Amino acid sequence: MAGAGVVSAIGNNAANCLLSLENSEAGIGAITSLETTHKNILPVAAVKLDNRELAAATGLSQTVSRTALLAMMAAKEAWNDAGIAQFAGLRTGFISANSVGGMDKTESFFSAFLNNRNSGRLKDVVHHECGAVTELVADGLGIKNYVTTISTACSSSANSIFFGARLIKHNLLDVVVAGGADALTKFTLNGFNTLQILDKAFCQPFDENRRGLNLGEGAGYLVLVSEKVAARMKEKLYCRLSGYSNANDAHHQTASSPEGAGSYAAMKGALAMSGLQTNDISYINLHGTGTYNNDISEGTAIQRLFDPHYPKMSSTKAFTGHTLGASGGIEAVFSALAIKHGLIYPNLRLQTPMQALPFVPEKTFQKGVTVDHVLSNSFGFGGNCSSLIFSKL
Amino acid sequence: MKTFIRATGNISPQKTFGYIPGKTPMLQELVIQNGNRLRCTEPDYLQYIDTKFIRRMSRIIKMGTAAAMQCLHEAGVQQPDAIVMGTAYGCLEDTGIFIKKMVEQHEEMLTPTAFIQSTHNTIGAQIALLLQCHNYNNTFVHRGFSFESALLDAMMLLQENAAASVLTGAADEITDYSHTLLSRFGLYKKDIAANTELFAGHSKGTIAGEGAAFFLLTNQASGNDYATLDALHTFYKPAGTKEIEDEILNFLKGQSLSVTDLDFIITGRNGHAAGDAIYEQLNNSIFKNKPVAHYKHLCGEYPTSTAFALWLAAAAVKEQSVPPPVSAISPGKLQHLLVYNHYENIHHSLMLVSAC
Repeated sequence: MAGAGVVSAIGNNAANCLLSLENSEAGIGAITSLETTHKNILPVAAVKLDNRELAAATGLSQTVSRTALLAMMAAKEAWNDAGIAQFAGLRTGFISANSVGGMDKTESFFSAFLNNRNSGRLKDVVHHECGAVTELVADGLGIKNYVTTISTACSSSANSIFFGARLIKHNLLDVVVAGGADALTKFTLNGFNTLQILDKAFCQPFDENRRGLNLGEGAGYLVLVSEKVAARMKEKLYCRLSGYSNANDAHHQTASSPEGAGSYAAMKGALAMSGLQTNDISYINLHGTGTYNNDISEGTAIQRLFDPHYPKMSSTKAFTGHTLGASGGIEAVFSALAIKHGLIYPNLRLQTPMQALPFVPEKTFQKGVTVDHVLSNSFGFGGNCSSLIFSKL
Repeated sequence: MKTFIRATGNISPQKTFGYIPGKTPMLQELVIQNGNRLRCTEPDYLQYIDTKFIRRMSRIIKMGTAAAMQCLHEAGVQQPDAIVMGTAYGCLEDTGIFIKKMVEQHEEMLTPTAFIQSTHNTIGAQIALLLQCHNYNNTFVHRGFSFESALLDAMMLLQENAAASVLTGAADEITDYSHTLLSRFGLYKKDIAANTELFAGHSKGTIAGEGAAFFLLTNQASGNDYATLDALHTFYKPAGTKEIEDEILNFLKGQSLSVTDLDFIITGRNGHAAGDAIYEQLNNSIFKNKPVAHYKHLCGEYPTSTAFALWLAAAAVKEQSVPPPVSAISPGKLQHLLVYNHYENIHHSLMLVSAC
């Protein structure tokens, strides 16, 4: 892994996100950008730049979907961070992920369209498709050797990262920019609200008294390179993607199984691929949404796999909110930074540890820790569960 | 490494569902539909999906899961080692229902069902749920590359030996909303009488289509496969015809073949004059004097129509015959068949299908 880029409610780039993680500053607050009846009721974790500011920073038009603007912001940071542009003739791909494409524009289009089928600006639905959002960014970065998009709900960008790695492994590409993005939309806010899994207060992942999740937005991208390219840029490298696995819970369209069948299989598969033992893992970046169901399911799967030796762990969603299709990308960046800088992030607002679980996530930010291997979990709707393992070089 | 096409399941505007090589005829008659919107010929779902699931499923979810179940049934496989889906638009009907209610009811009194089923991974997830299949499960959502990306993922899994059998396919639906919107973008011919007229004249636009097609792919021959999928290649926004020709020739070269080795070519001609000009140029250059036929008068235009084309190619190779609705003349032998499609001259794809 040769580059990282992230934008989230706790920072517009990787350095700012790290600073917020160190200072225990969450990015959650009242809704300001969306025109919704839930405005003063449901808190969200919004990126602190408006579309005009994102457009100015990325070079994209401010009229395109916010998802594309967020994606460009983080992908560009990752691309510049890796400094790959200096290597000519590399086969490069852009593998992105999102959950609702240009829905932020589509939903505003629909109020006019529903009144009159000839109303509404077509410009607002031209990037409705998930893939159209990806292409705005790929074209902006000048990447064309391979471009695709994955959408598996909350695990979308974990899947895009390891699909990208496999394209390199199969010698189809030399360099991949992979990750995902999602913007806050009324569609997802109302959708999650009907499921009654949104917390009206700030979320408390892995707390006995957790009430639900806060939706967030953002984007996170990695630059992955082949071993051959990596050999030419040694000092730049962050870590290695040493394991990955995808499994399905096959339990329910939106709920996780009590025993965490899918999450257990995903973690176990990633460990098997990396050739590591459970006690080799230094830190787990939990999926940890803060819903009753996810945290007990994920926690149970961790207990089944790791007992009795538990690594340090935390959910950074208490900072960023649940960024859905972006979460795997954002948390992959946090995982890589944990290895590079020797950091453990706190599980913010943890007051009462879950009684059913024999472990307690970390409560404080820790520096100067040896972090050799990080397991990053992304589980979600449709039973789609994926785990990634990043290892120190 | 060759990928074997073991079984298929295809719900399309044609009578393709339930096709079993050697048992039922393949595409003997052309289903004619009036206007610029081809609707799927849907089966009775009760045979393939449990009643308690059917009740909540939208049309595309039913089409997708039934096509997948038929495919597995034909293969005699209970649990594939992986399920990989492609869909450009996702579950449009449920998306539309949820947005409409959200707007009209001012975000009040909303129910979760449509939202839950609107996510792009719903079909792949429902198949896993019906099969109780905990294996690899992925969904690609990249416009005219959605199916091709799923196919590449499947082929890589087979090469990695991460899977010995992969259920892969694509599904896209037209809804009243999407047809209205895409018509406003000028995608469809306004005055077309029926799908039989698609290639007559040189007017703007095409006809809307939809479909759900699945394949059981394996890395070992079963002795009774449809065909092999030897290679797949996609390229994005080529600069011009020269680049397209080079991509096609290099693709064949990678398989130690040239155009002369191809017995038949199926292209994605869709009646839209500007897009069809690319196919015409190829017919006068690298495809000169080769038998070339088209498929979109059968299924219409949609971003994952290449799943229909792969079904057509695989079945034709299995039958060693190109059916009358596709071509009046069928070549004597079908060893190598090339499928070339472009979606709006953005997403170009090549699939080489060969006899086993």
